[in-house]
Amino acid sequence: MRFTLNGETRDASSPPMSRLLDVLREEFGLTGTKEGCGEGECGACTVLVDGAPVCSCLVPLVQVEAASVQTIEGLGDDHPLQHEFMNEVGAQCGICTPGMIMAALSLDEHPTLDDIKVALAGNLCRCTGYAAIYRAIMKAKSQ
Amino acid sequence: MTRWVGASVPRKDGIGKATGQARYADDLVFPGMLHGRTVRSTVPRGRVRSIRLDFDASGFTIVDFRDVPGRNVCDLIEQDQPFLVERDVRHMAEPILLLAHEDRERLLSANVAIEYDAADAVFDPLRSEGVLKAIDIVKGDVDAAMGNADVIVEGTYRTGHQEHVYIEPNGVIAVPEGDGVVVYGSLQCPFYVIKALKSLLGANRHIRVVQTETGGGFGGKEEYPSMIAGHAALLALKSGRPVKIVYDRVEDMVATTKRHPSIVRHRTGVTRDGRLVAMDVEVVLDGGAYVTLSPVVLSRGCIHAAGPYRCDNTRIRGRAMFTNTPPNGAFRGFGAPQTEFAVEVHMERIAEALGMDPVTLREINALVPGDTTATGQVMHDDCSARLVLDEAVRRTDFRAKRTAYRGTNRAVGLSLFYHGAGFTGSGERTLNSKARLDLTERGVRIAVGSTEIGQGTRTMHAQIVAEALGVPYETIEVAQPDTSVVADSGPTVASRTCMVVGKILEECAAEMKARLGGLSPSEYFAKHGGFSVLKTYEPPDWIQWDDHTYRGDAYATFAWGCDVVELEMDRDTFEVRPIALTAVHEFGRPIHPALARGQIEGGTAQGMGYALLEHVVMRNGEMANAQLTNYIIPTSLDTPEFDIVMLENPYPGGPFGAKGLGELPMDGPGPAVVNALRALALDVREIPATPEHLAECALR
Ligand code: FES
Ligand code: FES
Repeated sequence: MRFTLNGETRDASSPPMSRLLDVLREEFGLTGTKEGCGEGECGACTVLVDGAPVCSCLVPLVQVEAASVQTIEGLGDDHPLQHEFMNEVGAQCGICTPGMIMAALSLDEHPTLDDIKVALAGNLCRCTGYAAIYRAIMKAKSQ
Repeated sequence: MTRWVGASVPRKDGIGKATGQARYADDLVFPGMLHGRTVRSTVPRGRVRSIRLDFDASGFTIVDFRDVPGRNVCDLIEQDQPFLVERDVRHMAEPILLLAHEDRERLLSANVAIEYDAADAVFDPLRSEGVLKAIDIVKGDVDAAMGNADVIVEGTYRTGHQEHVYIEPNGVIAVPEGDGVVVYGSLQCPFYVIKALKSLLGANRHIRVVQTETGGGFGGKEEYPSMIAGHAALLALKSGRPVKIVYDRVEDMVATTKRHPSIVRHRTGVTRDGRLVAMDVEVVLDGGAYVTLSPVVLSRGCIHAAGPYRCDNTRIRGRAMFTNTPPNGAFRGFGAPQTEFAVEVHMERIAEALGMDPVTLREINALVPGDTTATGQVMHDDCSARLVLDEAVRRTDFRAKRTAYRGTNRAVGLSLFYHGAGFTGSGERTLNSKARLDLTERGVRIAVGSTEIGQGTRTMHAQIVAEALGVPYETIEVAQPDTSVVADSGPTVASRTCMVVGKILEECAAEMKARLGGLSPSEYFAKHGGFSVLKTYEPPDWIQWDDHTYRGDAYATFAWGCDVVELEMDRDTFEVRPIALTAVHEFGRPIHPALARGQIEGGTAQGMGYALLEHVVMRNGEMANAQLTNYIIPTSLDTPEFDIVMLENPYPGGPFGAKGLGELPMDGPGPAVVNALRALALDVREIPATPEHLAECALR
């Protein structure tokens, strides 16, 4: 199964119905994508498929054939969202953070607070009460 | 002026978390690793009659109670909870058998048929005859004072289970090492795991515990990880290979601990002008099937049950009862959110009975320095009940809003609360916590067993040490909690990690600074080599506590809070929309304002979920809605805007004036929400206040 993973062409050997989440974590060792529920409710497993955020626990590998998949690792370590998540303490325990950042990537510049809330509605955070996450995204998207 | 303390410096673990590089338990892989699985009971009470393996057992490691080399009990307060059922089942989802295999698919599809002789189970704590723990607190003469009261107000208040929903489910890996194991896991208390494994595997066996990055705890990873670690260790010892056990969400919800449900009865005598003259309180907690931590949860719950108020005649009678549900356990607040819910809604009802404004009633009775609590503890200058109340009322224009919203679908509600920091009474003395600072070639290293679970332990400890040593924050290293390396600084619970462990570290740093004699750490190391400073916690010497009479200084200090919630309710659907929440908190002094704000915002959101959304449905002793699809925690869309105010009142017993903070924010939202709903003319006395429950209240 061939697809683009963080900008590089890769071939996956996992069975076609494997969850994309497991393929990323186990076959490619990209453990930045997390599992919080396995049923599409928490968003910890959010990655971008052709630029759109999806829950990788719900996507079978076969569905990303020829598509472009981006994970938190593809962002490197110098993205404004990453910096502002640090500065604003948008990450406490950090387990939701990769998913939050991937979900936030799809927001346009200068989002309103409501835009952010809607974009993150599928991403649960139990630590922050979301407020610091909004502050982080607001700053990163206003630069 | 301080340089590092009070500054919102970058988190030590920030970049790892923002890049996905931080390693959590499930991210670790060891050569030859097997996956482990727990086979659990499917009856709430009974006796195991037979166990049959309905699968091809080749390549499987299978463990039951007969494989336990030491004692088959999870050593906590009591030694009553088995790691694996021997014969008697006392709750649903109780571990009976362990399986491990390298192929996860084969492991999950292995079928085990267990037959039971089922017995009658008890789920209602009020019908249970098993008293797990009883506590009585008596001050003055309640019966005589009640007789002299102008008005007596009575009521019963209930709170449900609450599930922690740390977004990372429980997970550990046991790896054979020497004649024993090393356990890597998502956990709060590495030395609790050591204690439990020493009893399970034998005291002389080599055991090491390493905390991995932990995706949230909230008390939920205080005691239960010892159980999972024991299971993984048994499988690892039997197979001779590393074994990983990671729960999925359903198993995590069905099998692990929850917040204790409570039933609290109040009977209070007041004068017509609003003075509390007698408080009679009965607290009942549902402990579940084993003792676990319930005695201490009950203790904290009872001590906080009279609220932050002055009353010369108080009687608090607490009982934790056995039932046939999985044991309830530690959860942020530890009994206090339940009892403070009851007393704060009751205060609202007293104000209603007197026709008095609820703020005025609280102003009249709030503790001030010189007053005593129910246990007889004298309040000093660190008592800030009036400070937080006055500021919250002023800031939200509470009284004007209360009047303006009358007759509309909008309302404001208020709660006043406090939370004792650190272990109760003589607890800190018994714990005898230690902390160590090492001078190494890289600089100064903090070596404590206190865990980072998101709240900022590493960062805040490093700030305290940097400040006390007078060296840059960036040069302070924080050791990963590995029991073979760090000092046992006690469990990461009870809002004690900053106030207690931070204080020991401050003292270690002061001693290290004296020894450096003006040299920088690197200069000193180059000249003389490294050294370590180890210190033990000294609780304030004035603390007097009697565990038998429950009289004395329950806590070294309290943190204080007042929450004001503004909400709207749809009168047709009974859906509640929280609009704004103002939280005014006093917790000494924030070491790291952004982290402290995060604790308040996060704890408050958790409290809002507790108040309105989070309903654990128990059916036949098992959580029936054990999924995030139908156990609802607040999302970005349900969380109101927060207005957070941190008032300072430095506490001399804490590092740079800090008290404990982590649990306080959990105490306030429940009653504030219900008191707002009461202003909409609904007689609510229970949480979660779901639309279904509110519809019932409207019919009363
Ligand atoms: S793990 Fe995919 S949504 Fe929770
Ligand atoms: S930071 Fe812990 S779940 Fe979001």
